[in-house]
Amino acid sequence: MPLPVDEITKLIKKSLPDATIEIKDLMGDNNHYAATIKSSQFNNLSKIEQHKLVYKSLEGKMGNELHALSITTEGK
Amino acid sequence: MEYKIKIENIISENDVCLFMKGTPDSPQCGFSMAVSNALKHLNVNFKGINVLDDENLRQGIKEFSDWPTIPQLYVKKEFIGGCDIVKEMFEKGELKKLFEDKKII
Repeated sequence: MPLPVDEITKLIKKSLPDATIEIKDLMGDNNHYAATIKSSQFNNLSKIEQHKLVYKSLEGKMGNELHALSITTEGK
Repeated sequence: MEYKIKIENIISENDVCLFMKGTPDSPQCGFSMAVSNALKHLNVNFKGINVLDDENLRQGIKEFSDWPTIPQLYVKKEFIGGCDIVKEMFEKGELKKLFEDKKII
């Protein structure tokens, strides 16, 4: 089941309200995305912890409904 | 809990472990291939573990690291990251430095 961009954005915003989110649909198939996410909640966290926050915000969808979402995170 | 012991054995016995879909010679997923290629490029000797061979291991490794995706790279028992992190480290030269610091290359 593909997950549309709006839905992904909404889920991330729910956990990281100040996040700036840019999502590209790489193949136009609602299934392969690249996201760049900036949030102050990433400040002083390791990359692993930053990515875990994003994965947690997706409520278990990563690796299931959401097959391919490559993530770049930055603090702000 | 059985898989946890199995994973701990694998990462204890091999300095560099890549849990991946497919094998280093025949990756079954682009993300696994990207990390495998980065390691090969740095001439790192690594153990590729094909999670597609073992469904329990595939689920187990996700719980072990609290990380929902494959591939996963471990160096000297430490979880380094998935494809995005490893790729970023590779591009910034940080991956090479990590292996040098750990005396792997």
